[in-house]
Amino acid sequence: MANWKTIAEEAADVASGTNSAIKNVEKALKLIEDNSEYQAIINVIKDRALYRAKEIDAKVAKGEKVGRLVGVPFIAKDNFLTYGSETTAASNILKGFEAPYQSTAINKLEAEGAICVAKANLDAFAHGGSTENSDFFVTKNPLDKTRVAGGSSGGSAAAVALGLAPFALGSDTGGSIRQPSSFCGVVGLKPTYGLVSRSGVVAMASSTDVIGPITTSVQDAALVLDVMSGTDPLDSTTIVRNNQPYTVYKQPNTPKIGVIKEYMDEGVDPEVKKVIEEAIQRLKNAGAKIEYVSLPSLPLALAVYYIVVPAEVSSNLSRYDGQRFGFSDGTAVNLDDSYELSRSRGFGAEAKRRIMIGTHVLSSGYYDAYYKKAQTVRTKLCQEFTSVFEKVDYLLGPVVPEVAFKIGANSEDPLKMYLVDIMTVASNLVGVPAISVPAGTAQGMPVGIQLIAPQQHDLDLLQLAKWYEETR
Amino acid sequence: MIEDAYLVDGYYPTIGIECHVQLKTKTKLFAGVDNDARQAEPNTLISHICLGMPGALPVLNKHAIELAAKAAFALSTQPQSSSKFDRKHYFYPDLPMGYQITQYDEPIILGGSVTAIVDGVEKSFDVTRAHLEADAGKSTHPANQDYSLVDLNRAGTPLLEIVSEPCIHNASEAKAYAHELYLLMKYADVSDVNLFYGNMRFDVNVSVSKDPKIMGTRTETKNLNSFRSVFDAVNSEIKRQISLLENGEQIIQETRGWNDDSGTSFSQRSKEDAHDYRYFPDPDIPPISLSDEFVEMIKQSMPTMPHQLRVRYTAAGIDSSMIETLLDEVSASQLVNEIIDAHGNKTAKTVANWLGGPVIKAIADNIYTWQDIYKTRVHIIKLASMVDSGLLSSSGAKEVLQAIVKNNVDPQTIAEQKNLLQESDSGALEEIVANVIKANEKAAQDVANGEMKAIGFLVGQVMKSSGGKANPAMVQQIIKTQLGV
Repeated sequence: MANWKTIAEEAADVASGTNSAIKNVEKALKLIEDNSEYQAIINVIKDRALYRAKEIDAKVAKGEKVGRLVGVPFIAKDNFLTYGSETTAASNILKGFEAPYQSTAINKLEAEGAICVAKANLDAFAHGGSTENSDFFVTKNPLDKTRVAGGSSGGSAAAVALGLAPFALGSDTGGSIRQPSSFCGVVGLKPTYGLVSRSGVVAMASSTDVIGPITTSVQDAALVLDVMSGTDPLDSTTIVRNNQPYTVYKQPNTPKIGVIKEYMDEGVDPEVKKVIEEAIQRLKNAGAKIEYVSLPSLPLALAVYYIVVPAEVSSNLSRYDGQRFGFSDGTAVNLDDSYELSRSRGFGAEAKRRIMIGTHVLSSGYYDAYYKKAQTVRTKLCQEFTSVFEKVDYLLGPVVPEVAFKIGANSEDPLKMYLVDIMTVASNLVGVPAISVPAGTAQGMPVGIQLIAPQQHDLDLLQLAKWYEETR
Repeated sequence: MIEDAYLVDGYYPTIGIECHVQLKTKTKLFAGVDNDARQAEPNTLISHICLGMPGALPVLNKHAIELAAKAAFALSTQPQSSSKFDRKHYFYPDLPMGYQITQYDEPIILGGSVTAIVDGVEKSFDVTRAHLEADAGKSTHPANQDYSLVDLNRAGTPLLEIVSEPCIHNASEAKAYAHELYLLMKYADVSDVNLFYGNMRFDVNVSVSKDPKIMGTRTETKNLNSFRSVFDAVNSEIKRQISLLENGEQIIQETRGWNDDSGTSFSQRSKEDAHDYRYFPDPDIPPISLSDEFVEMIKQSMPTMPHQLRVRYTAAGIDSSMIETLLDEVSASQLVNEIIDAHGNKTAKTVANWLGGPVIKAIADNIYTWQDIYKTRVHIIKLASMVDSGLLSSSGAKEVLQAIVKNNVDPQTIAEQKNLLQESDSGALEEIVANVIKANEKAAQDVANGEMKAIGFLVGQVMKSSGGKANPAMVQQIIKTQLGV
């Protein structure tokens, strides 16, 4: 019962007049309302979306040139700054914040005629893997309401799985696009670091944050990436993109795929492992050369991640001080009180935990032992990825060692929650592109495989992912 | 080892200076927003970046890097081929992001030196480093109010912080170093160097010690905005510290403020309140890498710097105090430099003495401007050559000078109008001289006997009878010839 055709088809229907932008927006808004029990959405952007839809339809009627995503509704994770609604990052400290500018990624999508209709739930400031850390409410998994949708882009993944819109945007700092996509049975792409501008996206960890699409197919992900990617004068970490469009599909010719040994040990749920092994077999049957490879520093990736990322988080969250925007505690009688009360009441437990860890690892006397050492291991990890990519074209493994867990199952144990990221963080530390593609089910819940390519090989990665998709 | 000449009441003072130079970029260091906040209403020159909005990212201003590279050459070194930006964390309302973007351990400039003139003598001071950083906003605390005001116009202005070695040992050196830095930044054209607007601010680190090999506990007196304040603050702090030590007390390592009106300093915060700034590399800004071509291009663009000009001006015979006067006025100095190239030392020296004297005074009196001088430089140069060839006396030239600058006219015309052209017709002069000798036999006899003092009297008499138009040098020569000496 798919609610939407492919993105290209939806756009073609609006461009040809078979369908209209306004009908699409109304349809999406109705679907959002009808599925509110899943709590995927924080805010809808009704007025602006309808206004833009009317403008677009008028353009179509006049026969003016329209974009590649004309009249296609989408949903953005609520850490993307948008016009027409609050941007909260699912945090109390930003509740009520109306952004005076919009993220570059959304500007680029809008320039091609796409319409942002809603803002999706997330773990506050993207800190988490289940949306249970949202300061507002927990998003439920569309396939089992007692389970989490994953996170931190849980609202976006659930929204796409529910068919609320043809696509959604997520951000991925350590797996936040891929993991909920695996849990919800949709496609989630984390492009090469710097391929999509971070300008106007509430920063979590600047050196690992990546923007990417969540879709129902690889081809849709390729189209959204094609529109969003490229250098941005507002983000100096953006890179020059591929000249070729990401939408071009060329079947890979006997690709060499390395299965990551460290991701296939006893820590993986046997049923999940079985799904991955079936996927490997299908790729083999289709002509891929499979070998098992090892990246010795991989088991350290999570430890590195939980030093580097909180360090950057503690710094990036310094601006939320109750003085210029967002929540400010009105009972404060002086400046120090205002800082203390605004931040202690405005931030949730997980944000505070990460601020504390990050502040500690950057403190004088601890910097060398933690932050500096973590960066050294990170460099080693990069070198290991570089050398493994001299042997194979792609890497493969599970996205998560398990399926979506029950709501509340991990919330008492932050360490257990952090372990959910164990197979996704390395790609962020190294900056390579990675994608989660639905591969099957375990315990009745979706399982994704993770495909990883070298930096800037996003097009190759998309082609491999589509090739895999076609084997199913 | 500190020389004994620096001893003050048995103590050796040691001073290091940190100077914040505001770079004259059009826009801020990390945002495309106007950098000139002098005339602006509070909080009008701001963007989402200056406000530290969620999702805002800094983007480095290339011009700031060019200016810092120029500053490196001005400090007699060259910019580092690789450097990076770091975050320095502390909470304050005029620091919107909760951290300042600065350069911690890989600054754009490492090393360098400043050669200053201390009481007429050249002395070289070593520079440790200079780094780029974004300025904070401005907080004001209205008296008797329960609020403070924050203006973020200045937030993000590019600063170059130049740190000297602790190689300065008295107030005169401190002042000379500060003044020379001012000249260097001015000539390199990296800053407006307007001290009134705080384009340059000095922090002085002062310590005293009885042992010339060991430095005492230092204090830092911050935000001095004149050379005079640097001088006074250093002297005041040396005295304060010596008096504390003499009374058996200890120096507390602390930051002090300076009150210009009372000429005294006051404690601001002690080391115990020192922040842990938690520096780490800013992941939003890729490291800076300067190509050899870029560095060479900057090097080629450097103008002649003050220490090079001193050498040229000295060679032109300009006296040292006049040189310092000229250097303080870039327009004057540049003109003199050009004249040396085009017309030689003699003309340059004549013009230099005007520029550094009557012209500076006339400009201060608003009679004309440096632009007028520049516009009429052809006339000024001609006037100088008229003096040099004896057509005009130097006192006559000064009368002509003002008229040619104000009215942009040829000096010959004015000199003729004012009847100031000197009598250089030797036939006419010989007749006058003969008459004067006849009328002043006693003096003439003295000169003939070798008493040359009397010749001045005779020259004066000739000048008088010529109505001031005679060329005195020529008159003297004719007198000598006629008297056979």
